[in-house]
Amino acid sequence: MKRRYLIVAVVAVALVGLALWLFPSPPDDYVEQPAGGTASAELLERGRVLARLANCHACHTARGGEPFAGGRAIPTEFGTFYSPNITPDAGTGIGGWTEREFWRALHVGISRDGSLLYPAFPYPSFTKITQDDAHALWEYLKTVKPVSRRPEPHTLRFPYNYRPLLRVWRALYFQPGGYKPDAAQSASWNRGAYLAEGVAHCNLCHVPRTGLGGPDSSARGRGANVLGWYAPALDRPTEAGLQNWSTDEIIGLLHSGRGTSAATLGPMAEVVYESVQHAPRADVEAIATYLKALPDASSASPPRERKSPAAEVVAPILDRGGTVYKDRCATCHGDAGEGRPPAALALAKNRAVTMDSAINMIRVVLYGGYTPGTAGNPQPFGMPPFAQDLSDQQIADVINFVRTSWGNEGSFIRSDEVLRARTGPLW
Amino acid sequence: MHLRAVALLLCLSIPGFTQAQEPPLDSIAQRAKPCTVCHGEQGRATPEGYFPRIAGKPAGYLFNQLTGFRDGRRFFPEMTFLVERQQDDYLRALAQYFADITLPYPKPIQTQASESALQQGRDLVLNGDPKRSIPSCQACHGEQLMGVLPATPALLGLSPDYLIAQLGGWQNGTRHALAPDCMATIVHELTAADIHAVTAWLASQEVPENAHPQEGFKTEPPARCGSIEVTRP
Repeated sequence: MKRRYLIVAVVAVALVGLALWLFPSPPDDYVEQPAGGTASAELLERGRVLARLANCHACHTARGGEPFAGGRAIPTEFGTFYSPNITPDAGTGIGGWTEREFWRALHVGISRDGSLLYPAFPYPSFTKITQDDAHALWEYLKTVKPVSRRPEPHTLRFPYNYRPLLRVWRALYFQPGGYKPDAAQSASWNRGAYLAEGVAHCNLCHVPRTGLGGPDSSARGRGANVLGWYAPALDRPTEAGLQNWSTDEIIGLLHSGRGTSAATLGPMAEVVYESVQHAPRADVEAIATYLKALPDASSASPPRERKSPAAEVVAPILDRGGTVYKDRCATCHGDAGEGRPPAALALAKNRAVTMDSAINMIRVVLYGGYTPGTAGNPQPFGMPPFAQDLSDQQIADVINFVRTSWGNEGSFIRSDEVLRARTGPLW
Repeated sequence: MHLRAVALLLCLSIPGFTQAQEPPLDSIAQRAKPCTVCHGEQGRATPEGYFPRIAGKPAGYLFNQLTGFRDGRRFFPEMTFLVERQQDDYLRALAQYFADITLPYPKPIQTQASESALQQGRDLVLNGDPKRSIPSCQACHGEQLMGVLPATPALLGLSPDYLIAQLGGWQNGTRHALAPDCMATIVHELTAADIHAVTAWLASQEVPENAHPQEGFKTEPPARCGSIEVTRP
């Protein structure tokens, strides 16, 4: 037993040494700000919008808690992270920080005391943020109400609770540096790329992760499992790819949380509600321009081969599923899955229904949900929860029925996939 | 565009113009349909199961519960998930929709409690226990125990399981009302036997005919309650 710990310790030290060698301290490229003076209203407004787009408010606010005072639990496979207090309170927040320290945290993921920050704080994306924008954020955060609230310590499993190992992670996955504009693209595209890849850190959810939680850059055309949901691929038109959408449709979905053929629920509903709906139209349009232009990477990762059940098994599944559909779903979603807009989306030819991962659909049938109550859609319609009303088998049956009816060509799911979705935090 | 919307609304408001069973599409009733899977058609859930009836409860009470789930005062993850990204105005409209529904109450279910427990429950509900500073339930929940406008709920017409879970929730910190949380103070004085007795008696009572929440308190309530003070119906 002791021997094993020794080996682990030696390996860890060797890895840290290797990482130090591979990855020297990041460059200090902070440009000193002119001292004194008061921030202009324009600068503060820019900071406020950036804080929204970067989703600072959602992550750093506990349910019912004071804005930016931290304490929100973020469950991951490495353990639970608790967001820190970023109000200007001197004792427990960032009131005692200098702007240079704030910039270093944002730009290279190093905290005030020199410790490495976990990439649950999306500094690998925020590193693209310009110092101008970081300055606006800093000035804005200084204006929020200071709250004295000591952050809870993270509860991470070994070895992830050993911070110095983050050097290895950084050597593998972290590229410091600002956003480099692409001269071949329009200004709007570049603004969109800056916001989507940097400030709004879309990649944190929409790109698959390796076992160590780093972005799996080889996995194009695939989304990722996040917080019990599947964040569909943005470079795949049969998932969440927006290549074939009009820019107005994309803006509508991102601003209101609800489109004519798609709706946001789960973590994406949070992104719309807390973040994107507060951004000016020009910024959302820029993001839309960028997302629409993402190259279609479908061919890079062909859909998973799923075994279809034998024909004699399929018939009774569809029979049972059809009965559940008629009883519980048809009133709103229509006898032929045509929907009843705007109250209920069409299910026929709906990619959220047919895409390879069925977990989102399973969750929506189990727990229902309303799209976010945004300024653009303040009284959204909702889907009822059926967790307490239907068995795992009934839910699997009706999902199989919907995934394979009316021209839908989705794969079959099993009832144990429904069972597994009945546990874990709701998000 | 405006004219068309007005025309549509006019059509929808003519009885018989739309399908008999289904509410008009662009209505609060249609938006409230997800609630009815658990809380029964029009919110009429019976004492048979766990889920509480919401039809006819004071709008202020329902609104306080919806924001309670949203803001972490009440703990029921499935409810929180449904309301967590909705704004006050919408939650108020949903609360008002269910508050305005008048429906008869079904008979209570057969109680399993002993005669002495029921007697103890009746005594605590109607008289409280001055020695422990426990007021009678009627002092806040109305003479008929059917609630008081704007924000105090009825105690009759609910299932024993639901009632026990609520008092238990106050004792173990998973249910809070707005501060000052008068119910928390009272519930912390109750023993497990008290809770059993009180909920058994309440759940065994028949709801009086045409019962509805009382218009305001007849006498000053015995404690300050945040849920009453902040409510703007």
